[in-house]
Amino acid sequence: MRKTRIAGAFAGIAIAALALTACNSGTPGDGDGDGTTENPWTVATDVTIDGSPTFDRIKSAGKVTVGVKEDQPGLGYLNPTTNTRTGFDVDVARWIAASLGYDEDDIEFTAIPSANREQSIINGDIDYYVGTYSITDARKEQISFAGPYFITGQGLLVAADNDTITGKDSLTADMTVCSATGSTSIQRIKDETPAKTKEYDTYSTCVEDLKNGQADAVTTDEAILIGYAAQDPDNLKVVGDVFSEERYGVGIPKGDTAFQEFINKMFTDGGDVWKAIFDKNLGASGVTATQPAVDPVG
Amino acid sequence: MGVITDNLDLWAEALQGTLVLFFGGGLIALVLGLVVGAMRVSPIPIARSVGAVYVNWIRNTPLTLVMFFFAFCVPILLRERIDPIVLPTIALGVYTATYVAETIRSGINTVPVGQAEAARAIGLTFGQVMTLVVLPQASRSVIPPMMSVFIALLKNTTVAAGFSVLNLGSVRSWLAEPPRSENQLVVLLWVMVIFIVLVLLLAWLQRVMERKWRIAR
Amino acid sequence: MSSSVLYDVPGPRAIARNRILGIVTVALVLAIGAWVIWRFAETGQFSADKWEIFTYGTVWMRILDGAIATLSAFVVAAVGALVLGFILAIGRLSDRAWIRIPVGWITEVLRAIPVLIFMMLLYYGLPVVGIKMEPYWAVVIALVAYNGSVLAEVIRAGVESLPRGQSEAGYAIGLRKSGVLRLILLPQAIRAMMPVIVAQLVVTLKDTALGFIITYKELLYVIKLLGSNAEFHSPLIQTALVGGTIYVAMCLALSYVAYRVEQRTKRRQRALAGTASTHHPVGETTDTELIALQKGAGKYDSHGL
Repeated sequence: MRKTRIAGAFAGIAIAALALTACNSGTPGDGDGDGTTENPWTVATDVTIDGSPTFDRIKSAGKVTVGVKEDQPGLGYLNPTTNTRTGFDVDVARWIAASLGYDEDDIEFTAIPSANREQSIINGDIDYYVGTYSITDARKEQISFAGPYFITGQGLLVAADNDTITGKDSLTADMTVCSATGSTSIQRIKDETPAKTKEYDTYSTCVEDLKNGQADAVTTDEAILIGYAAQDPDNLKVVGDVFSEERYGVGIPKGDTAFQEFINKMFTDGGDVWKAIFDKNLGASGVTATQPAVDPVG
Repeated sequence: MGVITDNLDLWAEALQGTLVLFFGGGLIALVLGLVVGAMRVSPIPIARSVGAVYVNWIRNTPLTLVMFFFAFCVPILLRERIDPIVLPTIALGVYTATYVAETIRSGINTVPVGQAEAARAIGLTFGQVMTLVVLPQASRSVIPPMMSVFIALLKNTTVAAGFSVLNLGSVRSWLAEPPRSENQLVVLLWVMVIFIVLVLLLAWLQRVMERKWRIAR
Repeated sequence: MSSSVLYDVPGPRAIARNRILGIVTVALVLAIGAWVIWRFAETGQFSADKWEIFTYGTVWMRILDGAIATLSAFVVAAVGALVLGFILAIGRLSDRAWIRIPVGWITEVLRAIPVLIFMMLLYYGLPVVGIKMEPYWAVVIALVAYNGSVLAEVIRAGVESLPRGQSEAGYAIGLRKSGVLRLILLPQAIRAMMPVIVAQLVVTLKDTALGFIITYKELLYVIKLLGSNAEFHSPLIQTALVGGTIYVAMCLALSYVAYRVEQRTKRRQRALAGTASTHHPVGETTDTELIALQKGAGKYDSHGL
């Protein structure tokens, strides 16, 4: 019967696919190798924070739920073959969890795209968000921020052979710039340049468009762009000076000042940990930075 | 109401996006659907199989995946700059063409064979048989389901929202960005209302046509 | 070979012409296929590094997770849509105008809203008024609402296409409206409309893919994520092909399951009684499409697109 033949074909393909997985299981040859490195932070014990609904929720759940990015190399990246998470933001999230008294096994990471960050914090789906989250007044109306813990600026990523785009002012009306929906970057391009815009839910999709010639530039924070350029240096490059200031903060539920103070103190007292995390993730890429001072609580 | 009047330019662009997707996709669907439908009822077995494979393959694939393929994978193969609205339109056309083809096929099959045989018996050529006898009868059975297909196409244009096309589906995210920062619930309710009005209009049109061409059997 | 509406039994000249046309079609199809393969080769789609990502077991686990997410949303949505479809259909068949007319309006409105807009309304709109909504429930509720209303129309068309004698006989033996519906009309209507109901369930399965736009992590979301991974050379086309195959397999499996169920009920029905059923097979159309076309009941989306 036709149907059994089709079923047989699919079964055959499935078996072939399973056989393929015998070629490689788990760690690829160029492993990210964070297996034996020591963490620069230590897991605290007996932590209490008074008057923090977020911390109470974490305590009763027995684990920390953190929102991160999973497609930004160097900042928040999930390797699909080893299921390990790496990146500056991810390590900062681990640092915060450790100072709350929770180690790696008690952290539940969940990837949330840019446009849904406020919603997931408000809904309580996550306890805090660490993922290239710029502090803006508009966002402060819905959530609060701890930090900032990193300062960068908006930049442009172009094809390696593109010499016409040298910075924000060289963008003309016939160029297409791509960014993520709900990001500060796309709004700035719309307001300050005549270029056309394309928006997707993730930056990695934009980078794909750039590589396939469907966009002239990708714009977002330079730290993110550097990560993408480092992955494919033959085809991509970052150009121009930064044309904004982006201050990354930890997104937390609105009004939880006790939690905010706790995290701020952790940042202020943990200068060495910050430096170690920075060197480990972004040191090799040529980005230089110093730890910024945290904002006052409120 | 303020949501619309304050942002008339964006809503106009979004509506334009939806209409381009609808009419462009509809045109491609009609042309391609006619071709595939003709293939499926033709006397050539190869053409019938090819048509059947195409229809059954696309019908079992989500529209979102078809659009994903056209929007992301085709540029890799073509390596040329394509306007962002073109590829989702083609995807919509390719997807809807399968339903157009099926509608045409079932429409032609509702015409009793005796009609065509009688027409051929009195010596009409193929062209005359089609235009004088078969198509007028078939179109009565084809037009109302075809309207359903186009109503579905109108609703499917919203899927392009996931592929960076400004249409009624994605206007919400454009309006929610600062500095406009509109209330997302209100925007979505308005989009819902617009679609309800458009669809009910087309559905009413369909009912009118149905009633006019009701077949007495 | 019999004649059909379009062409007569072919004579020698027609056979020759058909053969030529057949060769032309094959040549065209091969040409298109060759062009596609050439573009694939040109852009390096056959190179090993593009397919490398599929040699890892963890990657397949992720794809499996995506497929399971798709299926779990589908199963709940399918059950919900069937239940809602029944409720709305029975409401519209009611003799009481105060039930029939509002239910009619609700069904029309639910069918007119695009599924994606409904999903967005639930996921982005409701939190504005304080109702929390996970992507999973936004997907499921939207699918239930839309497909339930379409199924309601399908079931109602099925009931209305039954011969009037059926319900009259039911009333004659003393059954009330609910009994007539439950024991006589609905079972026959469902059997008659089975292909259309199954087609609508396949549509439900396909529409779970819309969930990726509201960030529900189902199969298409996983495909996109894996495909844009630059570390593995962005295997967009490869992941799309694999994902597409899985979707087609799921939809075909669903249609096959329904086909078997229909075969079994048809066999049972034929065994039970030799009465003429409402099936009048004509050519290659499904019976229900024919009934629908005849009765002008094209009110419902003929394939529930």
